[in-house]
Amino acid sequence: MKYLDEFQNPDLARRLLDDIRSTVTRPWALMEVCGGQTHTIIRHGIDQLLPEQVELIHGPGCPVCVTPLEVIDKALEIAARPDVIFCSFGDMLRVPGSDRDLFQVRSRGGDVRVVYSPLDALKIAQQNPHREVVFFGIGFETTAPPNAMTVYQARKLGIPNFSLLVSHVRVPPAIEAIMTAPGCRVQAFLAAGHVCSVMGMGEYPELAARHRVPIVVTGFEPLDILEGIRRTVRQLERGEHTVDNAYPRAVRGEGNPAARAMLADVFEVTDRSWRGIGTIPASGWRLSERYRDYDAEYRFSVDGITTREPAACRSGEVLQGFIKPHECEAFGTLCTPRTPLGATMVSSEGACAAYYLYRRLGTTPTPQEASPVV
Amino acid sequence: MPTVDISGWTCPAPLRDQPRVVMGHGGGGALSAELVQQIFAPAFGGEILAQLGDSAAVSLGGVRLAFSTDSYVVRPLFFPGGCIGDLAVNGTVNDLAMSGAKAAYLSCGFILEEGVEMPVVAGVADAMGAAARAAGVEVATGDTKVVEAGHGDGVYLNTAGIGLIPAGVDLRPQRVTPGDVVIVSGDIGLHGVAIMSVREGLEFGVEIESDCAALGGLVETMLAVTPDLHVLRDPTRGGLAAALCEIATASCTGIVIQERAVPVPPAVANACAILGLDPMYVANEGKLVAFVPREHADAVLDAMRAHPLGAGAAIIGEAVATHPGMVVAGTPLGGTRVVDLPLGEQLPRIC
Amino acid sequence: MCLAVPGKVLDIEERDGTRMATVDFGGVVKEVCLEYVPDLQVGEYAIVHVGFALQRLDEESARKTLALFEELGLLQEEFGDPWEAAAAPPEWEERGPGAATGAGAGAGAAPAAAVGDGVQEAGR
Repeated sequence: MKYLDEFQNPDLARRLLDDIRSTVTRPWALMEVCGGQTHTIIRHGIDQLLPEQVELIHGPGCPVCVTPLEVIDKALEIAARPDVIFCSFGDMLRVPGSDRDLFQVRSRGGDVRVVYSPLDALKIAQQNPHREVVFFGIGFETTAPPNAMTVYQARKLGIPNFSLLVSHVRVPPAIEAIMTAPGCRVQAFLAAGHVCSVMGMGEYPELAARHRVPIVVTGFEPLDILEGIRRTVRQLERGEHTVDNAYPRAVRGEGNPAARAMLADVFEVTDRSWRGIGTIPASGWRLSERYRDYDAEYRFSVDGITTREPAACRSGEVLQGFIKPHECEAFGTLCTPRTPLGATMVSSEGACAAYYLYRRLGTTPTPQEASPVV
Repeated sequence: MPTVDISGWTCPAPLRDQPRVVMGHGGGGALSAELVQQIFAPAFGGEILAQLGDSAAVSLGGVRLAFSTDSYVVRPLFFPGGCIGDLAVNGTVNDLAMSGAKAAYLSCGFILEEGVEMPVVAGVADAMGAAARAAGVEVATGDTKVVEAGHGDGVYLNTAGIGLIPAGVDLRPQRVTPGDVVIVSGDIGLHGVAIMSVREGLEFGVEIESDCAALGGLVETMLAVTPDLHVLRDPTRGGLAAALCEIATASCTGIVIQERAVPVPPAVANACAILGLDPMYVANEGKLVAFVPREHADAVLDAMRAHPLGAGAAIIGEAVATHPGMVVAGTPLGGTRVVDLPLGEQLPRIC
Repeated sequence: MCLAVPGKVLDIEERDGTRMATVDFGGVVKEVCLEYVPDLQVGEYAIVHVGFALQRLDEESARKTLALFEELGLLQEEFGDPWEAAAAPPEWEERGPGAATGAGAGAGAAPAAAVGDGVQEAGR
């Protein structure tokens, strides 16, 4: 695909890696905030190719991982209602609530459907006027505008049987929380490029200055990640801490004004609990007063849910880079990809799942064995 | 702003057991394997079943037969490049072919949903007949049941088949040895992407069709080069990744592949990029993966490429002595990643 | 959070008062909402996430970024790369399986790189 393939070029990747190697002189800990970037790093083995001084800490930027348990339990309760068609992005179906997941709701007769876009859920609402259609609106600033537009459309087109279960989260308050947490090891951030495509970069200079950390807006293809790391390491080595844009083809300073205006109309900022991390002030969005009629939490009055999570798992500490996955007592014994205790073990690119796989690998193939015939 | 205190934070609850069947139990991944290992295999016993091949090799009256059955549930019933009818014939023909057998006879069970339109049933049956003739197999016996409206997706099919295993042919994972060359017969991911392109909630336009095809002829061509192939597998549900993981586990060898050598058509790669899927995990219905002794690899590859269903065949890796039971892929950038058995069905992701 | 990919606008139409486009992702075509990038024209590229164009893809910036990557290599070729010449081999060797285990997900760093080298040689 154009503008995708070019940014996976192995020869250019080698040049970027060489430049990083020739720049770095001592250990640095970088956090990539976004789960999509973590995915690229694991998928392409980028972490193995970096000089050992560059440590990547996988951040809390997977919306599936951080969606709070209370909201997942509410989703499970709503999805189990016979009058409801519950629509969700595919990622969410496997995430455990207090005692079940969306797959199990479906196995007990719940009508749970995977859609690609929230607009698909709206279409399902139009086609099923006698049933309630609920869309699970999770995600960061990238996914919030599509969900906001869908609610806006539902109201404009007068589709009364559509509602949104909202659990949106915002990146800058999370960066603030990570930097002010005791024992924080993060020295620089790769900021999530697509979040900045929407929100712009305006919130970052103040964060970078106050915490004295470089923040480099970074894209998602392998070369984008390497360029983000290259620029970050350069700043760290020089003792700089500015905001830099390594993803200019998709990020402008002001972001997307139309999307930001829609967000301001449909949502309002609220405190939000992050699974594994705790409540971060002003870190989320909920539907604003004007759109309350389309808020599934109000429509289905699912208050009074008591949540239950065992404390065996330390994925909160892993998500923030305080401990490595194998330093958790449950790792590899109680907690495996097949029996995950925490979200970081659930998805294949989660930090714990990645560690688990590579520990099993033990000895890696020798060059002769690895490249014989191709 | 208050600082975040990490002590005492709690994390997600485990889903230790599945009290009911979920869709993933049919996904061809880890959940499917557990269902078989924990419930079916203990209930049935038997050494042949315990080998868990796509088809069973059995001896009857001094003759070696391959014997296999498969059920077909697909939505929609008709999709780009095929329908449930040819799928049901080709799927069982291919399961037999993976034992080296040429399919001779099939059975066919229809489970029809009350209310399904007759032209739909006729369309499926016609497709089955045409596929059977093309594969040179005879549908010799059958059965029909009807379930109440709402209890089925129109048409479910089951086919079983038998075929003769030629003398000197012994295809099973246990024969894989380090040094074996891994060959895939062509472009991967076509069937899964074709199905997804017409699935409700995901619809997209793409100019590719399911690769649904009967592989008996291709296997015959390969065995003509040497009967000493070690294992064949058709990477259906769970894709190439699941097939390789199963072989690695059953053979207790490691497998190393090079991603850039795996033939992935651009449209499959791009559809997967949009949906957040990995082509290695997407289903195929007309491809096979072969483990071939090194000395025969080039000749087998040439023979495959001369066959219409193997024109895109490629060597993608080899079996190794290190990391037994694991599949490792070299990435185009020069890194490595572990290719693990998928848990259940593949789901589009946003993250 | 961010599975968004660049696609090319094939055509644009109003539907239910909403600006929608058919967008091509290298042979895969999807309906995409253009409300957030209303001045996007046929033939232009946009970053698309869950059925919405979120930002115009600036083709000039893309070219410049790639040109920058190319230059990195040229400079090294011109002046020679001291790291490549001297530092590289010992460092790979130092990072054996032991070091790799400590690095966790980075396990197998040295063999991994060696895999890459092997492939490249075979491919050339």
